[in-house]
Amino acid sequence: MKLFRDDPSSKSQAVERLRLILVHDRAKVSTGLLELLRNEIINAISKYVEIDEDQMEIELNSSEAKAELVANIPVLKVRRALDN
Amino acid sequence: MAARVIVVTSGKGGVGKTTTVANLGTGLALRQKKVVMIDTDIGLRNLDLLMGMENRICFDLINVAENECRSFRQALIKDKRVENLFLLPASQIKNKDALTAEQMVRIVDELKEEFDYILIDSPAGIESGFENAVAPATEAIVVTNPEVPAVRDADRIIGLLQAKKIYEPLLVLNRLRSDMVKKRDMLDVDDINDILAIKLLGVVPEDEQIIIATNKGEPVVFNQQSKAGEAFRNIVRRLEGEAVPFMSFNTEPGVFGRFWKMLHGR
Repeated sequence: MKLFRDDPSSKSQAVERLRLILVHDRAKVSTGLLELLRNEIINAISKYVEIDEDQMEIELNSSEAKAELVANIPVLKVRRALDN
Repeated sequence: MAARVIVVTSGKGGVGKTTTVANLGTGLALRQKKVVMIDTDIGLRNLDLLMGMENRICFDLINVAENECRSFRQALIKDKRVENLFLLPASQIKNKDALTAEQMVRIVDELKEEFDYILIDSPAGIESGFENAVAPATEAIVVTNPEVPAVRDADRIIGLLQAKKIYEPLLVLNRLRSDMVKKRDMLDVDDINDILAIKLLGVVPEDEQIIIATNKGEPVVFNQQSKAGEAFRNIVRRLEGEAVPFMSFNTEPGVFGRFWKMLHGR
């Protein structure tokens, strides 16, 4: 593991692996977490920009060293600034 | 009297659930509490062996559930070493679907009036056996080992317990080896605390006395010389509300020890 060149112990590998495993386990177990998140994101963003909901992608990724939430949201139009 | 009903569970098998039940049950009874331990591992019973009670079983949990004996009293096995300690054994021959959650709730309701503690030994896994064991419980102890698969399963179990409204399960970390922790080859208490984030009830070191205790059918909590026995006695006291400091597993050598190591090149 690149990140742990300074600490190649098997324990730190165990910690790192567990962190990533549990991110996935917990996301799967809490049914519809991503679905909920998706809806909330749409609500929040739609106030400011018009988005293409059908093309929107949201996923939980993990690489060797970290987990990340990746959202790809195509913007159709930016709403006019609500000045007053 | 209304008993505390505590399920001991883990997800993964072989982490020490039954050992924990045997020792907590015995430890609580040694403190004059009236305790019944229920083995819900239908078809694979073990708790009777750890307690040395295997030759005294007439009726079992399924017989009680099916009203095949006059009352639960007929099925309870009384410990010969400690007052107030009883076992309700699992059935060894019936299959594991022989029991329902409703039956467990009814049996525990009856027992509640006569005991201070009801400890339920859950089978491994997350299927019906687990559901049955958890159904009557209001508290839970999750047993795990400092290993990736055991911790992962513990996390899953914690989620399932919380879904069943047991929001604050307590953790027992079993089979910790301080020599391996020192070499950074084993997850330590802080790592597990970080990852699982539930309240720690106790840490039990790996101890060959546990195997010896199992050979004899005599829980290690009786053994005043054993580190694991001491850990279980501490867990019992914490369960009873005492603030007991955690055993130190910090076996870092002192100045002399370090010098010694240098001389011996390790």
